[in-house]
Amino acid sequence: MKSHVWRPLYVVLIVIGAVLVLRKIMVPSDFGIGARGYMYGWHRDGNEKDWKKVTVKYQGAEYCKECHKDKWDEIKQSPHANISCENCHGPALGHPDDPRSLPIDRKRELCARCHFRLEYPTSGRGHIRGIDPRTHNPGLECVTCHWPHDPRKEGHHK
Amino acid sequence: MISRRSFCKKTLLIAGGLAIPLSALEIFDPGRLEAEKTDGKPTRWVFLVDTEKCVGCGFCVKACKTENEVPYDANVTRTWVERYAVTKDGKTHIDSPKGARDGFQTTKFDIGEGKFEEIKSQDIDKAFFVPKLCNQCDNPPCVQVCPVGATYQTKDGVVLVDRTWCIGCGYCVMGCPYGVRFFHPVYHVAEKCNFCYHRISKGMKTACVGACAFGARRIGNIKDPGDPVTRVIMTERVNVLKEEYGTKPQVFYLGLTKEVR
Repeated sequence: MKSHVWRPLYVVLIVIGAVLVLRKIMVPSDFGIGARGYMYGWHRDGNEKDWKKVTVKYQGAEYCKECHKDKWDEIKQSPHANISCENCHGPALGHPDDPRSLPIDRKRELCARCHFRLEYPTSGRGHIRGIDPRTHNPGLECVTCHWPHDPRKEGHHK
Repeated sequence: MISRRSFCKKTLLIAGGLAIPLSALEIFDPGRLEAEKTDGKPTRWVFLVDTEKCVGCGFCVKACKTENEVPYDANVTRTWVERYAVTKDGKTHIDSPKGARDGFQTTKFDIGEGKFEEIKSQDIDKAFFVPKLCNQCDNPPCVQVCPVGATYQTKDGVVLVDRTWCIGCGYCVMGCPYGVRFFHPVYHVAEKCNFCYHRISKGMKTACVGACAFGARRIGNIKDPGDPVTRVIMTERVNVLKEEYGTKPQVFYLGLTKEVR
């Protein structure tokens, strides 16, 4: 057969070769079928490690307890026992090295997350003692009268 | 000159040949079949939500956004809390302002476009809160539709997104029947709840579980029969969301009613 018949075949072979070389260069070597198999597993293996490397911000109340045992003991025997320290004090990442990095949230809106009165008897919310912030001492911080670490006690004054 | 018989034969041969998918020519690999079928994995993360306990404080949403670096004021979130109120006239009202990042501090329901509807407590038959998050489905539709292999399921059942590999086509955002996925405002790639993969792989609880003061959110390993979450799932009347889609969701709910979608 004459060469003009074969020429397009060479072109096709060169294209296939180029695609294979490009794929080798551009697709990471750890890209492949993961543990979940053909349909759900295709991925770059290193990405699992990337996600594991994300910084942990919330350290948990046990971490706070190491230094603040007195506060821990107080809140644990109060009705607020289950509230994590970091819900109001902010994530403990960077604490105690940089004490300023703990922004304590004393806003009325923080307490109102649970204590805004919603009359929902079929929800746990209906059983929480609540107020209407518009009529209940507006403008005052809740901690003026209520001590958050044990709401049965009176608040603190600066 | 081609005969009619020969023409018909060749046409059928070509049509038949085109109908064979390339994948059918691949060599059978028992190792892969093993990987798809075996269930000898030690861990499968599942989630348990108790809607009876949730009070809608939204501390979980706040913690999630901070922990996972989702911009705090952007109206996107990996987990959110919905408020449901079924009134005496048979209507169901649902809202989740800012994903309940600041909780629910009004009796008014957010009905969108800056409008609010007052729902009086004496009109309510039942009202409750339902936290939502990624269901880490056993048949994740979001993973199937990814054209580049940027989203995938790990061997412990968590669906992750490769931020360097995602092309931002949005098929997965469309494909998720639970509306869990969104575009990350900073990275401009698909973003979703991943059960705080960096925390659970270190033996910690997720940020939302740590922030919940009411025990409404719990995470566990369903492969461990001694896990308290596994025991609840096995022995109590749990339900899942949108079972009819066949996605096999792995977030189990206590106290669901038909109004919850």
